[in-house]
Amino acid sequence: MLPEQDQRISETDVPVKTREQLRKYLAGKEITAEQFDQILNRVINEYQNTRIEACEAVGVIAAQSIGEPGTQMTMRTFHYAGVAEINVTLGLPRLIEIMDARKEPSTPTMTIFLEPEYGNDRDKAREVSWQIEAAPLHEFGDITTDMENMQVVIHLNVAVCDKRKIQPSAILEIAPRKIRERRHYRDFEFEVDEKAAYIVFMPKDRESYQNLFQLAEHVRNVIVQGIDDIERVVVRKESGEYILYTEGSNIKDTFEVEGVDTTRTRTNNISEISQVLGIEAARNAIIHEALSTLGEQGILVDVRHIMLVADMMCMEGEVKQIGRHGIAGEKESVLSRAAFEVTVNHLLDAAVANEVDELSGVTENVIVGQPIQLGTGDVKLIAKPMN
Amino acid sequence: MPSPKRIGKIEFGLLSPKEIRTMSVRKIIWADTYDDDGFPYPQGLMDLNLGVIDPGLRCKTCDQKASECPGHFGHIELAKPVIHVGYTRLIRKLLRVTCRSCSRLLLSPEEIEKVVGTEDDLTGDVLSEKDIKKERICPHCGEQQLKINFEKPTTFSEILIEEGRKVEHKLTPADIRARLERIPDEDLKHLGINPEVARPEWTVLTVLPVPPVTMRPSIILENGQRSEDDLTHKLVDIIRINQRFKENQDAGAPQLIIEDLWELLQYHVTTYLDNEVAGCPPARHRSGRPLKTLSQRLKGKDGRFRGSLSGKRVNFSARTVISPDPNLSVIEVGIPIAIANEMSIPVQVTPYNIEDLRQMVLTGPVRTSLTQPCGANYVIRPDRRRLRLAEGNLETVAEQLEPGWTVERQIRDWDIVLFNRQPSLHRMSIMAHRVKVMDGRTFRLNPAVCPPYNADFDGDEMNLHIPQTEEARAEAAILVAVEENILSPRFGGPIIGGIHDHISGIFLLTNQLRWFTKSEALYLLKNIELDHLPEPGAVEDGEPRWSNKQVFSTILPKDLNMVFKASSCQNCETCKKDACDRDAYVRVIDGNLECGTIDKKAIGAFDGQIVHRVIRQYGMKRAARIIDDITNLAIRAIMLDGFSFGIDDEDLSRTEYGQIDEVLSNAVTDVQRRINIYEDGQLEPMPGRTPEETLEMQIMQVLGKARDRTGEIAGRHLGLGNSAVVMAVSGARGSMLNLTQMAGCVGQQSVRGERIMRGYDERTLPHFRKKDRGSDAHGFIRHSYKGGLNPTEFFFHAIGGREGLVDTAVRTSQSGYLQRRMINALQDLKVAYDGTVRTTGGRIIQFRYGEDGTDPMKSSFGDPVDVKGIVESILKEEV
Repeated sequence: MLPEQDQRISETDVPVKTREQLRKYLAGKEITAEQFDQILNRVINEYQNTRIEACEAVGVIAAQSIGEPGTQMTMRTFHYAGVAEINVTLGLPRLIEIMDARKEPSTPTMTIFLEPEYGNDRDKAREVSWQIEAAPLHEFGDITTDMENMQVVIHLNVAVCDKRKIQPSAILEIAPRKIRERRHYRDFEFEVDEKAAYIVFMPKDRESYQNLFQLAEHVRNVIVQGIDDIERVVVRKESGEYILYTEGSNIKDTFEVEGVDTTRTRTNNISEISQVLGIEAARNAIIHEALSTLGEQGILVDVRHIMLVADMMCMEGEVKQIGRHGIAGEKESVLSRAAFEVTVNHLLDAAVANEVDELSGVTENVIVGQPIQLGTGDVKLIAKPMN
Repeated sequence: MPSPKRIGKIEFGLLSPKEIRTMSVRKIIWADTYDDDGFPYPQGLMDLNLGVIDPGLRCKTCDQKASECPGHFGHIELAKPVIHVGYTRLIRKLLRVTCRSCSRLLLSPEEIEKVVGTEDDLTGDVLSEKDIKKERICPHCGEQQLKINFEKPTTFSEILIEEGRKVEHKLTPADIRARLERIPDEDLKHLGINPEVARPEWTVLTVLPVPPVTMRPSIILENGQRSEDDLTHKLVDIIRINQRFKENQDAGAPQLIIEDLWELLQYHVTTYLDNEVAGCPPARHRSGRPLKTLSQRLKGKDGRFRGSLSGKRVNFSARTVISPDPNLSVIEVGIPIAIANEMSIPVQVTPYNIEDLRQMVLTGPVRTSLTQPCGANYVIRPDRRRLRLAEGNLETVAEQLEPGWTVERQIRDWDIVLFNRQPSLHRMSIMAHRVKVMDGRTFRLNPAVCPPYNADFDGDEMNLHIPQTEEARAEAAILVAVEENILSPRFGGPIIGGIHDHISGIFLLTNQLRWFTKSEALYLLKNIELDHLPEPGAVEDGEPRWSNKQVFSTILPKDLNMVFKASSCQNCETCKKDACDRDAYVRVIDGNLECGTIDKKAIGAFDGQIVHRVIRQYGMKRAARIIDDITNLAIRAIMLDGFSFGIDDEDLSRTEYGQIDEVLSNAVTDVQRRINIYEDGQLEPMPGRTPEETLEMQIMQVLGKARDRTGEIAGRHLGLGNSAVVMAVSGARGSMLNLTQMAGCVGQQSVRGERIMRGYDERTLPHFRKKDRGSDAHGFIRHSYKGGLNPTEFFFHAIGGREGLVDTAVRTSQSGYLQRRMINALQDLKVAYDGTVRTTGGRIIQFRYGEDGTDPMKSSFGDPVDVKGIVESILKEEV
C-alpha cells in the first residue's frame, strides 16, 4: 500500500475501526490504483448504507434481540467459569439479575489484575492475595478455651505470620478491635503479651459458660487479615500474568491494597461499581456483564442493543431496574403503567394526583386505538391529491 | 376511512358526588331487575334510561337502538358514607398528617418550606408521612394528636389514653369524611393532591354511580332464564342493604343495629369495587365462585388492559397446521383452497377493473379448482349495505355492479399476507409471504424459513392475516416481506438459510471432486432457472462431464469472490488450504467454486457466509433467490444418491467393541482406585474444596474422558459413508457427541452438574450397597443407546432426562417475563431525525444510536462495513 493511499484512508469519513480494518487487510498487498479506488468507494458506499434510519423502533428491537435468545439459555445456575474453584451464576438467571439491578449479585466475584511488578511474580502475587483474602484468627495460631479460668487463649504461630507477611503484634492489635467493630460483640476483656505473641480473652460475665463459648466463637472467626467481604482468593496464571479471582466483592477496599492494578480490576457487582466508580462505569459494567453472559452461552447479540438497555437503565444517574420498580414503573403515561403491572393502583393514584396522559407512547396509543408514533406511524406527511 | 381526529390527552381525576349526580340519568332505588313479563322495572337496576341490551327496545335517554346506544350512568344515594377501598392508604396518610380538630397540616410553614421549597424555588418533592413526627401537637390550634390505627380492609380508629390504659375509639366513615372536608386546599397541594379534581372527601362515597346496562349485560340461558352479570348481582346487594339501612335509620333503630348495617354496606361496596381485598372474605356467587367485580375486570393477563385493550381479536385471520413444501419459494406460503375461499380483500370498483370484478362476482363464493380464477364473497353498495353473494344472486349483483361499489374478492396467488407463529419473540415471527393457493388442508412453507419462526412440523400451527387496506399491503410488501427479513437485527447475519437435508444434500454434492454425466447434471439442476450448462470440465470416453463444483457454481452470481473455511474445518495449526484433506477450504472466484465443500457455514441459517455476502453485494431480493436455488439444488442432490439412516449404521466391528470395553473398564477401575485413596484419607484436596468434592470432580473427569475416548474409537470406524457422520460434519443435525452416545457409550448422567446422589438412605437404588461410591451406582451408563441400557442405567437416564424437561418449563416462563419487562421498558424508544435516540416523549437516551449510528441489521456481524468482504471481492484472493 502506498503512503498516499494510506493518507486517503485517513481522510475518508468512516469510523476508526473500519479504517484500521482497511489498513490491516490491505497491508503488504499490491494494489492497482483502480482497485484501490473501487475498494474505497465501496467501503464509503456501504458505510452510508448501513446508517440507521430515522423513526426506527430501536428499543423494541433491542428488547427482542436480548429476550428472544433467552429461551435458548441454560438454567444451570452454577458453573465454573474459567476457574475451577469459583462458582459464578451464569445463563438466564444471571441475565435476569443484571436487568433487575440487584443490590448484590447472588455470586459476587472480582477479577483482580496486578501491576506488572506483582503480576509477573508468583510469590508477590500470593502476597497480594493474603492482603485481600479474609483470614480468620484461628488460621494464625492455636486457640484453646480454658474452662477452668474462664478464658480463651490464643498462641500465635509466628511461622505462619511470617509466611503470610503480617506482624504478630498487628494481629494482636486488630483482633480485639475487629471483634468489637465488625462482630458487634463487646462483653469481653483481653490481655496481650506481645513478646510471647499470645492474647487472652475473658468474658465480662464469668458466670455462664455460654458466654465463654460465644466469645470463643467470635475469637475463632474474627477476620484479622484481608478484606472482610472477600471469602476466598484464587491465584491463576493467565496469558503470562498472575490474576486473582475472588469469591465476594469489595472493590473500594481492594483498590487500596498495594499492587492491585486499579485500571483493569473488575467486579460483577454492578451497584457497587455505580457507588464507587460512578454511573458511567456502571453503564460499562452492565454492557460488559450482559455481553459476556450472552457470549458465554454462545449467543451472538449486537452490542448496540445492550448499550441501549444499559443507557436506559442508567439514564437517571442511578442504576434503575428493568421492570415494575424501575423504568416501567416510573413512566410518564398512566395507561402504559396500568397495562404493565398493578393495574388498579396506578389508575387510582393517577386520579388523586390529577395525572394527565399525553398519549405519546406505544401502549397508550394502542389502547385508545390510534396509530403509534414510531416507524411509519411517525411520518406526518400528507399528500394533496391532484385534481 | 378512519377519522383523522386524534385524542390529544387523557386527564385523570376523582368524581365528586355532584358530578356523579349530574351525569346520572336515573336514581336507582329498586333492587329488582325485570318484572314477571320480562320488562325492566323503572328505577330498577335495568332501567331503560341506563341503556338497552335487548334488540328491539329503544333507550329512553338517547332514543337509540341497542347497537348504537352507548349506555348511561345512574346513581344510588347511600344512606351513610362508606370508604372507597382503593383509597384506604391515602385516607390513612391524610388522617396522620393532619390535625384531628382543625384538619390543617401538622407542620409549620417553615417546616413545609424545608421539604417543598419556597414558591419560586420548588424542590419538586411532596410531603410524606415520614415528614411528620408521631403524636405531636398541632402547630396551628395546639391540639394534642392521637395515634391513628388502621385495620384492613377499611377500619380506622384513634388510640386514646384513658387512666393509663389504651382505649381504641373507632372512627366512622362519616367522621373521617368530616375531617377530610376540612383540610384546606393549600395543604393538599403540598401533599401532591390537586384539590380541583380530587378533594380527599370524595374518596369517602356518599353516592354511588351505577354503571350502564351495556357494561353488565344479562345473558339469556337456553332454558329462557335470565342470568345477570356479576356487577348487577353486587349492585342488587348494595341496594338491598341500603334500603334496609334507610328504613332502620328512619325508624330510629338502636345504635348497634345501625353500626352493623353500616359495616355490611361498607362490605358490599368494598367487594363491589374490589373482590380480592386482603382481610375481607370475597363475595361469592351461589355456586361458590368468587364474583368478578370492578377491579378483577381490569386486572391481569385477561383483564381489560392486557386482554382487551393492548391486544385484540381480529377478523380476516386463519389458523391451521403447517407442513413443509421444499418446492415453494421461501417468499411464498401455500394456503388451502378452503381458506382462500373464505377470506377476502376489499377492492373498490373503478372503470378500469369493473370487468374483472364482475367476473369475480359471477364466480361467486365457491371456487372449486386451483386453476379457476378467484371469486368474491360480498359486495358493498355505495350506501354501505353489505350483500352476501350466494348461488341465487350472482347474476343480478354482477349486473348492478358499477364504480363506487366495493367487491370483497377471495384470496388468489401472489396476494400478500402476514404469516405468524407464536410465541412472537422477535419481529421475524411475523413476515409477509406471497400466497400460493393449494390443495390440502395445511399451510405449506419452505423449510428454509423455519428458523425465524422457530417452527417445525410436529404439529405446529400458524396464523395468517390478510391486510385489508392498500397502505397495509404496501407496508407488508416493503417492510415485512420475507426477503426484507433475511438478516436478523440481533447480530447482523442471515437468519434464513438451508437446514437439515439442504445442508446434508449440498455437502454430499460438493464434497471432494465428482464428475457427472449430462443427464445427471441436468437432473440436479432441474429446478434451477438456467439457460445453458457451462462448458464441460472434462471429457471422458468422448462424453462430456461436469464436476460437482461446476454444478454448484451455476447458481452463484457471476462475480462473487470469497474465501472461507467450512464447518467441517478442523482448525489445523497450519492450514493446508487447497490441499485440505477434508476439502474444508472454500474458495469462490468469479462465481466459480474452485475448491472446498459447501455446508452449514456457507448456506446454513445463522451462519450462511455465501448468503450473507450475496445480500451485501446484490441485495435481499437476490439473496432470496439464491436461497431458493440452493435449497432446490440440495434437494435434488440428496435425491441423486439417496440418504437414509438406520440402526445398523451404528454397528462397529469386533475390534472397536473390544477397545471400547477396555477403555470403559479401565475408567471404572481408575474410579475405584481413586475412591480407595479417598477412603484411606490419602486424597489431597484441591484448594478451597473438601476431599469429597475433589473426589467427585476427579470421578466426573475420568468418566467424561472415557466417554470421549469411546467416541473417538467409534468415529475411527465410521467415516463419511455413515449418514450420522455426514450430518454431524456438515452441521446439518446432531453432533459427534450424539454419535458417541449411540455407538460408544452414553456416559455419566447428572443432576445439577453432579453425579446422581439422591434416592434412598445412602444409596441411589436398592440394587447397590449402601455407601457405594462406584461409577455405576451413581449414574454412569457404560452401554450405548444401540447396545441398550440395563434397568438401573435406564432409571438413571430417566432422572437426568427429567431435569432437562423441568429446566425447559421453568426457563420459558422466566425468559418470557424478562422479555415482557424489557419490551415495556424500551418500547417507546426511536431514532429521531437528528440521529439521537429519544423516547416518544422527547427525552434523549443516546446522542447517536449505538455510539456510531450503525443499524445492527445492516451491519456485518456488528461491523459498520464488511471491509474483508469488499477487499476480497475486488482483489479476488484471500485476505
